[in-house]
Amino acid sequence: MNKFPSNSGKQILNVALADDDEDDRLFFQEAIEDISIRTKLSLLSDGQELMDYLNLPNIILPNLIFLDLNMPIKNGMQCLKEIRSNPKLNDVCIAIYSTSCSENDIEETFVNGANVYLNKPNNFSKLRDSIEKVLQINWQYHTSNLNRDNFLLRL
Amino acid sequence: MKISVKYDLNITCKTILKEQLDKLDIPHLLHGTGEIEIKRAISDEEMQELFNNLNAYGIYVLNDQKTVLVQRIKNTINEMLEDDQLKSQKVSEYLADKLNYSYTYLSNLFSETTYTSIENFVILRKVDHAKDLMADTDLTLTEIAYRLNYSSVAHLSGQFKKITGLTPTKFQEILERRRGTRIQQTI
Repeated sequence: MNKFPSNSGKQILNVALADDDEDDRLFFQEAIEDISIRTKLSLLSDGQELMDYLNLPNIILPNLIFLDLNMPIKNGMQCLKEIRSNPKLNDVCIAIYSTSCSENDIEETFVNGANVYLNKPNNFSKLRDSIEKVLQINWQYHTSNLNRDNFLLRL
Repeated sequence: MKISVKYDLNITCKTILKEQLDKLDIPHLLHGTGEIEIKRAISDEEMQELFNNLNAYGIYVLNDQKTVLVQRIKNTINEMLEDDQLKSQKVSEYLADKLNYSYTYLSNLFSETTYTSIENFVILRKVDHAKDLMADTDLTLTEIAYRLNYSSVAHLSGQFKKITGLTPTKFQEILERRRGTRIQQTI
């Protein structure tokens, strides 16, 4: 047990990304490495892989999962529902990361328990800024006593 | 007689840390970066004794004080937002006054540790409070704006939208639908 409350600036935020597009994954990885918040990123290439990963024994659960909606084998919406019906995964924040701008999609994901909806930006600096904003706010939810039940953010 | 010595500070410090931790029977792991992992729960007394012993060697538990101060800033902000009398005070003045540090110092420390400015945190906290009131009470937006010391509903809605990307109405709609699906599931 670590009883020295270490400088929270040094803590690492565990982040997972599930996206079937390899370019998007690389892009995301580059962007998140460019941000001053320290993260450890796990990359998964579809929904089933993500769920298998989350169900590994002894896994250190991610604090935040970025989830693409359109994926083969198991899509983002199915993952979202599975994650939200598993009490073990209660503390995980979910950010939908999709190209869809449909108001309907956005609302459906929020209703099903997503915390963040982030439209895939079309250039690197926008992506970097968006991820940074999500991480900053997510950080606050992990370190301050903000009410996580009401954590909704649309970017 | 004079002798000359050469010492490796890194080894010196590690040896001191190890001796002091062993003396108190605290199982531990020394990480290279000045971090110590403690392998069991230790009492506040033990911790205090350890800190005191280390201080004698000029070794200070740095991060602890910073984290504690950041926590005190947050607590003070929460206290301010919940107290009718304090609500209208300037956050910067109140914090400096209450915690006895200059606001510049507090503000830099806060940003450095939490990745967010104090100003931003105050807004985040206020909007969070507004969300709670929207979710758990029948208060209207006008009443909520008044309670949280916003000059108008428009001001509250604007800040709400800026922080969450959603309008208060949309937010309430989503929460209501969430509750609906949850009730359905339990039936």
